[in-house]
Amino acid sequence: MRTEEKRKRIVHFRKTLIPILFILPALALNILVVLGPSLANFYFAFTKWSGLGMPKFVGLANFSRLIHDEIFYIALSHNIRWTIIYVTIPIVMGFLGALLVARAGRCKVIFRTIFFVPVIIAPVVYGQLWKNIYHPHKGIGVWLAQHGLPWANLKFLGDTRFSLYSIAFADNWHWWGFLVVVFLAAMQQIDPAFYESARVEGANRWQEFWYITLPLVKPTLTFMLLMTVVWSFLAFDIIYIMTGGGPGYSSEVLGTYLYKRAFTTFEAGYGASIGVMIAAFCSIFIFTFIFLRKKGGEI
Amino acid sequence: MSARKSKYSSLSNYVILIILASFSFAPLFLLFFNSLKSSMELGLNPLGVPITANFGNYLEAWRLGDYATAMRNSLLVSGTTIVGVLFIAGMGAYALARLKLLGKNILMIYFLMNMALPSQLFVVPLFFLWHRLGLVNTLPGVILVYSSLHLPFSIFLIRSYLVGLPKGFEDAARIDGASEWQVYYKVIVPLSWPVFLTVAVIVATWTWNEFFFALLFLHSESVQTVSIRYMRFSGRFLTDWGLTNAAGVIVSLPIVILFLFLQRRFIEGITGGGLKM
Repeated sequence: MRTEEKRKRIVHFRKTLIPILFILPALALNILVVLGPSLANFYFAFTKWSGLGMPKFVGLANFSRLIHDEIFYIALSHNIRWTIIYVTIPIVMGFLGALLVARAGRCKVIFRTIFFVPVIIAPVVYGQLWKNIYHPHKGIGVWLAQHGLPWANLKFLGDTRFSLYSIAFADNWHWWGFLVVVFLAAMQQIDPAFYESARVEGANRWQEFWYITLPLVKPTLTFMLLMTVVWSFLAFDIIYIMTGGGPGYSSEVLGTYLYKRAFTTFEAGYGASIGVMIAAFCSIFIFTFIFLRKKGGEI
Repeated sequence: MSARKSKYSSLSNYVILIILASFSFAPLFLLFFNSLKSSMELGLNPLGVPITANFGNYLEAWRLGDYATAMRNSLLVSGTTIVGVLFIAGMGAYALARLKLLGKNILMIYFLMNMALPSQLFVVPLFFLWHRLGLVNTLPGVILVYSSLHLPFSIFLIRSYLVGLPKGFEDAARIDGASEWQVYYKVIVPLSWPVFLTVAVIVATWTWNEFFFALLFLHSESVQTVSIRYMRFSGRFLTDWGLTNAAGVIVSLPIVILFLFLQRRFIEGITGGGLKM
């Protein structure tokens, strides 16, 4: 009787333990690389630390420095501009591209392939490529000037007025094809019966788009909008590669600024506090999104 | 009338598509064209079609940039990361999809949150932790980071595939006395190869192109991956566009070929989970 009970307990123990063992490696690696350092980051944000010696607790000093740091505001305003560009131009282009590809019949796969190839090009490669295209002596500006547009010979990356937007243009070249594929997949989920019955009712293409395509793609659309906003606050690669945040601070964003503080001037504590701010901005957007989705249900 | 109208609108469809396609492809043509030009021709003709096809740039770029080493490093990093991710995420996804796991919902929410977590939040402590552990400037150092960063996405993708599998085979194996590990390894894994392949191509592309962590962690020439090597290379041969463009083609080609062969897996991967390329 007792051995029977013991056996049952062992069986029960194994039944709970084995599933945990299956998830354990994932959890352990995540704690080592992501969770542990993330929590540590909240502590380091309140310290003065070069990264090498002992961190010295300084309370809110980093954050009070941050709210008086002019470059932080410049970088933040660039992130906001970056966000505004990315929630409009690529989204419209991606949506338009997907609509047209969906109607391209047999050429569908060809166009989807063409639009997607720039997406898989590495940032280092397309960054360099667009630096060539923008080159002040050999680039597109010179060519345009020679072909009747003298005003177009701009220093795209060298001019503080244009650098951020020129990088965004190049990055959008790489990015918008991703959205084509995502939106196209969502459009192909729509039951063709909807369109057939709309046509029977005499709906035109505009009405089909407005009353069928748009509402049914809306969940994907809003999700991509949210992710676009979040990703805009993480921008780093292409800006670092093309201008390093310059000239001056004209293309500085929070990501490049964090990198400079933490790893070039070795103010790791201050860098950590910028990291906290970036995470805070992202979570505000995500929680607003979740709140609206719960409340309205329609997003 | 209506037929004519629709013919007209489908023509305008194609016109816009072709304009958009030119926007996507023109820079890639330029990359290829300039990789074939000599320095002299580049000075005279930096944007046009090359007059002569000069493949010498490729040999020279390959040699001067030591891309053999960089490619080997990248293959090693991508390959090991893929194996690691598939092994760890596959097991985790199985537990989440099929087993009676304690706190399953909390874990799901946790991994979901991880997918939206900015690297900037943990990169500073991570770097100095890796420095202490002697993992900076080593390939295992970045492999650990890459594997961990792609786990949540892979777990969700694999899990959603496993949820759709019929349970009959597993139950049959259990009745035959197979342990959970045997069920997973002998029944689930062979059935799940399509989703494993999808995860593999996405992880391959992402690790091959990855820049931020490679920049931070890989300093010596002997451990640099192609992405970071190309950045150093294009800084060194700033004015020699023939070389930098040829190297750009070399760096991009493996992933472009992978994509052309396994396009469906790519599409499944990026539409199946919220991730950025």
